Amino acid sequence: MALLEIKDLHASLEDDTSKAILKGINLTINPGEVHAIMGPNGAGKSTLSSVIAGRPGYVATSGSILYDGADLMDMEPDERARAGVFLAFQYPVEIPGVAMATFLKTALNARRKARGEPDIEALDFLKAMKANAKRLGVAEDMLKRPVNVGFSGGEKKRVEILQMAMMEPRMCVLDETDSGLDIDALKIVADGVNALRSPERGMLIITHYQRLLNYIVPDVVHVLAGGRIVKTGDKTLAETLEAEGYAAFTDAAAA
Amino acid sequence: MAATQDTMDRIAEVSGAYKYGFVTDIDSDKAPKGLNEDIIRFISAKKAEPAWMLEWRLKAYRHWLTMTEPSWQKVDYPPIDYQDAYYYAAPKGKDDAPKSLDEVDPELLRTYEKLGIPLKEQEMLAGVAVDAVFDSVSVATTYKKKLEEMGVIFCPISEAVHRFPELVQKYLGSVVPYSDNFFATLNSAVFTDGSFVYVPKGLRCPMELSTYFRINERNTGQFERTLIVADEGSYVSYLEGCTAPQRDENQLHAAVVELVTLDDAEIKYSTVQNWYPGDETGKGGIYNFVTKRGACRGRNSKIMWTQVETGSAITWKYPSCILQGDNSSGEFYSVAITNGAQQADTGTKMIHIGKNTRSRIISKGISAGRADQTYRGLVRMMPKAEGARNFTQCDSLLIGDRCGAHTVPYIENRNPSAQVEHEATTSRISDEQLFYCLQRGISEEDAVALIVNGFCKEVLQTLPMEFAVEAQKLVGISLEGSVG
Ligand SMILES: Nc1ncnc2c1ncn2[C@@H]1O[C@H](COP(=O)(O)OP(=O)(O)OP(=O)(O)O)[C@@H](O)[C@H]1O
Ligand SMILES: [Mg+2]
Repeated sequence: MALLEIKDLHASLEDDTSKAILKGINLTINPGEVHAIMGPNGAGKSTLSSVIAGRPGYVATSGSILYDGADLMDMEPDERARAGVFLAFQYPVEIPGVAMATFLKTALNARRKARGEPDIEALDFLKAMKANAKRLGVAEDMLKRPVNVGFSGGEKKRVEILQMAMMEPRMCVLDETDSGLDIDALKIVADGVNALRSPERGMLIITHYQRLLNYIVPDVVHVLAGGRIVKTGDKTLAETLEAEGYAAFTDAAAA
Repeated sequence: MAATQDTMDRIAEVSGAYKYGFVTDIDSDKAPKGLNEDIIRFISAKKAEPAWMLEWRLKAYRHWLTMTEPSWQKVDYPPIDYQDAYYYAAPKGKDDAPKSLDEVDPELLRTYEKLGIPLKEQEMLAGVAVDAVFDSVSVATTYKKKLEEMGVIFCPISEAVHRFPELVQKYLGSVVPYSDNFFATLNSAVFTDGSFVYVPKGLRCPMELSTYFRINERNTGQFERTLIVADEGSYVSYLEGCTAPQRDENQLHAAVVELVTLDDAEIKYSTVQNWYPGDETGKGGIYNFVTKRGACRGRNSKIMWTQVETGSAITWKYPSCILQGDNSSGEFYSVAITNGAQQADTGTKMIHIGKNTRSRIISKGISAGRADQTYRGLVRMMPKAEGARNFTQCDSLLIGDRCGAHTVPYIENRNPSAQVEHEATTSRISDEQLFYCLQRGISEEDAVALIVNGFCKEVLQTLPMEFAVEAQKLVGISLEGSVG
């Protein structure tokens, strides 16, 4: 069974359903596959990730999204998360006064609770957090600081991936995780993501730059323009795009 | 011995004064409804008080008759008929009390469970008539003995009136005079009980004094009176209240708390207050009109108020500091949560009298539902308050769009060298923050609790450890149902 199966998905803002942002997306991700989505600004990439995760303000006006065979649209955003859908935010959100470590622990325990398991042992949690922090080059001190408050752009992105590693999701959606990262950080984050590749896990990686895909080599590359997937290919498609730009596709989408 | 003899004489005196019907029935458990001098004599006689105490009460009562209920505060409630209330009632007999937890409101039990309150304490809090001796009794006795050996006095104020009359006479009403305000004056006339604490010179009280330890002696009723005196160079931390919601058939609560610190002494007073707020409409909830005030009488002395307020239908309270001693300092940390139909008008007063006095106010107000909340803070720099400083940070967090928050700072600076700083913010829990939490698998309710706890962190971390943990849970529970 496909891990994520999107069929003819149309979506818009809740406030303005007359204006479609996504205009018929079809996309199937099987367990173990890594898909990349590229496309010009305003094409609808973040909107797609929002609709998958259930961000308030966005609605699917027609079509469907099945996750592991279940209708995602029937699930609340937190249920989706607990079921294994993880979104690494393009713009991670600040929560003043809440230590990142506390936030992580609360999130982990929410999952455990839903599975009827007891809270994680403090020591196990610390160990896991430290190991992941080390791997992703995140200073331990940072995890004592409030969630994303005062984090640099690159730090925020690393910590998003750290969260992803801790949650062990089945479907990872990464929205421009590479933007804001310097070259060294890009390599570290990519290694972190690669370490999470596994036969059960699917990934959807939204990016503007082929560079990331040199490190995280995708199985499939899609071009999203004007709310539609206008081209699908293998990793060489990313190289073509890098060389030639989106012009050909934006014309196609407008047509 | 002399004190005891004195007491007996006084009882005789009072008993001889019976002229009015009901008072002859001194064994009665309840004074009749209403308020008059007889009722006050009755209360005093019940407690076998010395004459000076009765005189003080009567003085207060006579003054109270000349006063009118304040109406400046931003709370709204039907007029209270003071003649339609009981001012003295002995503890409820076993016959009226629920026989077991099965007879107690399941909603209340659910909250106790969430707070992780042990079964025996649940029974106690819910007013179940139990014969079993609580573990805490022996704990309490052990602690009390230890304290007494060190010279710390910690006992019901009704007991202190007999055992330490000089101390009580010296300090009672010295911070909140009997004529202070409508509710404090009423309290002075009819107070039933409360705590008395005296920490001797130079002693750092090694344990937190908590109402928990005298939970078995709890029958302080609606007019609680607390007096804490820290003698030169001493320190004490006092915890009041309880995170568990407490029901009480008395709707009006008008407590008075007085703190006194002498040279180099420090009092830390923490409150977690969770009176029954009433149903959705506020019906049946407690009206909490409290006067709390501390006097930093000595040089370099310090008073710190921390409060977490989540209960009551109506709260009206302004823990204050009178900074008399040079270099003395007052701090006020407050979290007030109002949900449903709750109303709160709270804040603090910092009166700077001495040189180089310092005050710091951190107030975090959270409003949800249709609740309304006002922060009212007064900072007054008197002409002699050379070099005094105040810093005020006042933050409001709104949840939903039907609640309100208001900030009313009063600043009076009569000394050009004194500095007053005031910062205020109002924010909402953003949809983005909520979604971020949801996306990590955290439920909406837990997300709100998490975000609000973050908002209050600065205040919560001033609470003693165990209290802080309970307060965090309480924050979450009080906001249940506030979103979605
Ligand atoms: N909350 C919103 N309010 C108004 N317009 C929106 C909102 N979200 C998306 N849009 C509009 O929908 C279109 C798609 O936006 P989206 O953020 O999905 O693009 P994107 O492909 O992620 O772009 P980028 O590469 O710049 O991140 C844009 O025209 C954008 O302005
Ligand atoms: Mg985007």
